[in-house]
Amino acid sequence: MSWITARRRHPAAGYVVVAFVLVLIGVGYAVVTSSGNASASSPAAANAAQIVRGRNLFLATCATCHGQFAQGQQNIAPSLIGVGAAAVDFQVSTGRMPPGEASAENDRKPPRFTTAETHAIAAYIQSLGGGPPIPSAAQVSSAGANLGLGQRLFVANCAACHNFVGAGGALTNGKFAPSLVESTPTQIYEAMLTGPEAMPVFNDLTVTPQEKRDIIAYVTQVRAEPNPGGFSLGRVGPVTEGLVAFLGLLLFMVLAALWITAKHRKAHE
Amino acid sequence: MSVDRALEGVGGWLDDRFHGARGVRVLLRKVFPDHWTFLLGEIILYSFIILLLTGTFLTLWFQPSMTQVVYHGAYVPLRGVRMSEAYASTLNISFDVRGGLLMRQIHHWAADLFMAAIFAHMIRIFFTGAYRKPREINWLIGITLLTLGLVEGLFGYSLPDDLLSGAGLRILEGVMQSIPLVGTYLAFFLFGGPFPGHVIIPRLYILHVLLIPGLILALVTAHLFIMFHQKHTQMPGKGRTNENVVGAPMYPYFMAKTGAFFFFTFAVLALAGTFAQINPIWLYGPFNPVAMSAGSQPDFYMGMLEGALRVMPAWQWVVFGHTFAFNVFIPALVPLGLVFTLAALWPFMEQWVTGDRREHHINDRPRNAPARTGIGIAVVTFYGVLWAEGANDLIADHLDISLYLTTWIARVAIFVAPVLAYIITKRICLALQRKDRHLLEHGVETGIIRQLPGGEFIEETRPVDEEALAVLTSRTQIPPLPALEAGEGEVQAPRMRGAMGKMRERLYNVVTESIPLPEPHADGHGNGHGNGHAVEGNGHGQESLPAGSGGAEPGADVDQH
Amino acid sequence: MSDINSPGLRGSGDSGDQSWPEYLTSGEAHGATPADAEPEGRRTPRRVIGTPPPAASRTLLTEEAAARQPATRELPAEPEDPARAKRAERLVAACFLLAMVAGFGFLVAYAIIGVGSIDGAWHSNLVLGTCLGLTFLLLAVGATIWVRHLMPDVEITEQRHLMRSDEKDREAFKQTFTEGADTSQFVKRPLVRRTLLAATVPLAVAPIFLLRDLGPLPGTSLDHTVWRRGLRLLVYGTGRPITAAEFNSPGSIISVGPEGYLDDDDAMAKAAVTLIKFRPGQLQFTPVNHAVPNKVVQNWTVDNIVAYSKICTHVGCPAALYEQTTHHILCPCHQSTFDATEGARVIFGPATRPLPQLPMGVDSQGYLIALGDFQEPVGPSFWERS
Repeated sequence: MSWITARRRHPAAGYVVVAFVLVLIGVGYAVVTSSGNASASSPAAANAAQIVRGRNLFLATCATCHGQFAQGQQNIAPSLIGVGAAAVDFQVSTGRMPPGEASAENDRKPPRFTTAETHAIAAYIQSLGGGPPIPSAAQVSSAGANLGLGQRLFVANCAACHNFVGAGGALTNGKFAPSLVESTPTQIYEAMLTGPEAMPVFNDLTVTPQEKRDIIAYVTQVRAEPNPGGFSLGRVGPVTEGLVAFLGLLLFMVLAALWITAKHRKAHE
Repeated sequence: MSVDRALEGVGGWLDDRFHGARGVRVLLRKVFPDHWTFLLGEIILYSFIILLLTGTFLTLWFQPSMTQVVYHGAYVPLRGVRMSEAYASTLNISFDVRGGLLMRQIHHWAADLFMAAIFAHMIRIFFTGAYRKPREINWLIGITLLTLGLVEGLFGYSLPDDLLSGAGLRILEGVMQSIPLVGTYLAFFLFGGPFPGHVIIPRLYILHVLLIPGLILALVTAHLFIMFHQKHTQMPGKGRTNENVVGAPMYPYFMAKTGAFFFFTFAVLALAGTFAQINPIWLYGPFNPVAMSAGSQPDFYMGMLEGALRVMPAWQWVVFGHTFAFNVFIPALVPLGLVFTLAALWPFMEQWVTGDRREHHINDRPRNAPARTGIGIAVVTFYGVLWAEGANDLIADHLDISLYLTTWIARVAIFVAPVLAYIITKRICLALQRKDRHLLEHGVETGIIRQLPGGEFIEETRPVDEEALAVLTSRTQIPPLPALEAGEGEVQAPRMRGAMGKMRERLYNVVTESIPLPEPHADGHGNGHGNGHAVEGNGHGQESLPAGSGGAEPGADVDQH
Repeated sequence: MSDINSPGLRGSGDSGDQSWPEYLTSGEAHGATPADAEPEGRRTPRRVIGTPPPAASRTLLTEEAAARQPATRELPAEPEDPARAKRAERLVAACFLLAMVAGFGFLVAYAIIGVGSIDGAWHSNLVLGTCLGLTFLLLAVGATIWVRHLMPDVEITEQRHLMRSDEKDREAFKQTFTEGADTSQFVKRPLVRRTLLAATVPLAVAPIFLLRDLGPLPGTSLDHTVWRRGLRLLVYGTGRPITAAEFNSPGSIISVGPEGYLDDDDAMAKAAVTLIKFRPGQLQFTPVNHAVPNKVVQNWTVDNIVAYSKICTHVGCPAALYEQTTHHILCPCHQSTFDATEGARVIFGPATRPLPQLPMGVDSQGYLIALGDFQEPVGPSFWERS
């Protein structure tokens, strides 16, 4: 300790301390931030020319991981036989597939393929082994939905991962349940139906199509709602409220106190 | 003049009945020292008043009942949903009563500010040593008020019976259940049966609007009266001694300043209630025992308990047909219990170690009490680690850290971080003391460079001004301990006998370790009150050291200057 | 420097007993005429004006001192810089006027902005709150500028007196107190003292007794739920029964409850159940008919569908988070994690017991039913749980 105190006035001392702390924080954060294994998803299928086009797109982009016949590869990508067009549409339209860098979970990002291309790939995969089709617009419409039932179902089955209003939440080992703020009704339906990545499956016999519409209506209604109390603070609950109480309210009061008790410079030289 | 007329008229009428002229004059002339940190307590007081005002408003519409109803009100997504009357009435206040949402939000923000200010105020009192004699009882009252505030807030945000606070009540019930011997009885008595029952909301209601506010009011009154009677402490400065109070009189200065501060408090809370949404219960939905949300936390002042519950490993004993659920009742009782007990005993422990039984009315600068400041920061760190762990799922989600890793980091940090914090803080305090000493010995740098005849450049310094001198040289002189070993022909002091005596001596040395002030100089810009023989220093070979103080500072600051 | 708290003067308390004589005799010093001051039946004899009242020597604030107007002001009358004060005065007035406008804005907004919808609540809150906040903010700013720039700077000193009372006062107190204790016979007659104490003992304990009926004794109710043999599992929220054929997608999960109890929160707080569907080979079965650590009782499953209690064994939150890929049930409250393929055994977090498995079968129509209650208590641990 005396070695350090003896050199505390060294011209480089300040820089050394700052550099040390930066290195500590940077290394520490890099260590704790996770990088897990990539996991994958599933596509869907439909009509003839589409299927050919889809096959070409598939071979060009997807086959490197999923195999030439979509049979999958151990520890790299699952088989797509039987996953259905809905799964493909979900994964590709949210941009999760094809994935970027390897991570514990694929994030939503701008999709690589256009809607037509996405449907083509989905049609091809559907033709290989069947599976849930892409839902129609009517199937995901919120008209006449029972919002109250949607709330009950959402909060009992979905909120534990996605939070009260679909703001998202943490899972284990670097995985997370994404925010639903940008999800289209079709994507929400497909996700419930096909259970992408860690999400469980809610098939149409367990949660009927009407009940799915109710859930979708609730989610889309609530996320579009204004916040009557002001800024939403993220809609994640008391944590952000506490931060605002300390860093906003208390800080402001301290500044007010400083002003009220400040001495006039002139009078106290 | 109209002031005279008013005094003769109303003033005379009152004085005829209350004999108030002399007493009230004393009050009007009472001196209040001025420092911004002294206003932290006022934040608490004014937040409390605003809580009372807005709370009364809310009681006019709120229904403290768990009777289930089906909602058909203004908030569309919940129409047709079964909920308690408490929840439905809260929706009603938010959407169907003009100003209702504003009052609800101001009320909740005021509760958050109340608690945040209590922490800030308590920390200020601790680090400036304002809990020392004669203010120990006020310190204890303060800790009691903190506890009451915690409980009051918990009950308050549970009243709307929404999903988030209902989960909190479930956790409360589970924690109570885990208490050995009496746990299940306590839980059943509080809830009137199994969870959730039908009576918990009405019971919490009467505790929240009547019993606890009454207790808080009574204790706050006592707290303020004691402060008034003992007079406020003051920060060190020119002309300020332990025997006086320097400042501005209550009337008109303090009244005006405190009035302005009340307006600021109300303004901040009103603007927060306008622009920052808080406790949007319509988004959480009504409580039902089957549902749960990710990222569920209690209000921030309960966050430490939440973090303690998360950090605890799975540990229980089952012996002779009974379960000791350590995994639950240890985190619920131990960390907070430790912190509060330590805080409550602190003034008396400090008196025991230092032997200092004098009255103290001048605040300490935190750097001049390195051990106290270090321990304070260590406790704050301990509290902070558990607090952060309480939000670990949000931290994991937003900072992209693995969920289990956050818990493991917290499990290690609650032991390691406070120790590190103590060491680092104490070193910083001693370094700041060194800087003060340097200033006293060498003066303030003026930025004027002079070349000496020999070619050398020096910077001119000037002595510190009087105000700064008074501050730099203010130190609590801790009286020396009696010697551990008896001298020739003497009896060992009773206080120093046995193992307790040895421990006391060791603690004394740790507590009083500091950098001594320099000897006063002939030209008068050393310190003026003779504490160059700094009694509190040790390891510096000074003659007034207590014998046997072997805990010498490693010679690190054998002077560089 | 004003010095009103010099030693010897302890505030108005100890001058109380001088007030009557002074009041009666020194009329001109207190501005009260003898006629006003005349109470019914004077207790002290009238003294000739000019004779000092008997207790005058005990107090510093004599009638002369009280009558004296302070020769010099203790507080300055005007601020140091009049020009700046004038500017400040205008600024303060402007703040207060604007505050008044904002205040009226609040009243007008209350009258004209209606609520009754989310948008209405939003607009009302925004305008009412802005007006209210501005009113107070402007009042605050105006008051602060007033204090800082209109009132002259002042620093006065007041003496403290030692908190500890003088020995004289302490002695006097001691004497009064001990005299009183003696006279009361409390100390000298232990019989009455002790019997008084004895009389209050039941009263002290009575409040605790009065709280007994707060709730029922727990008895064995924590050991059971409402599940019985034959009760169907209904989907929570919709209330529909479910067959294995419908719940057939591996990786599915759904929250269910017992028929007839879905709206009973007290029952559901213990009876909520999670159904999970697995692929063949995933579940670690045991052939026996009772719970075995780390194993799933095969006879209680239907077609690789397993039913676990949803109530976390830590402190009772619904453990509702499920990761299909790792088959982990995660409770979002404190991150207790259970492995659903191994009898919901705890793999991380503060929970100490696995989630109990519900014995499940099918009825004659194929709907999933319970075969009986859980074989162990659900939810958090408690003292009586073995």
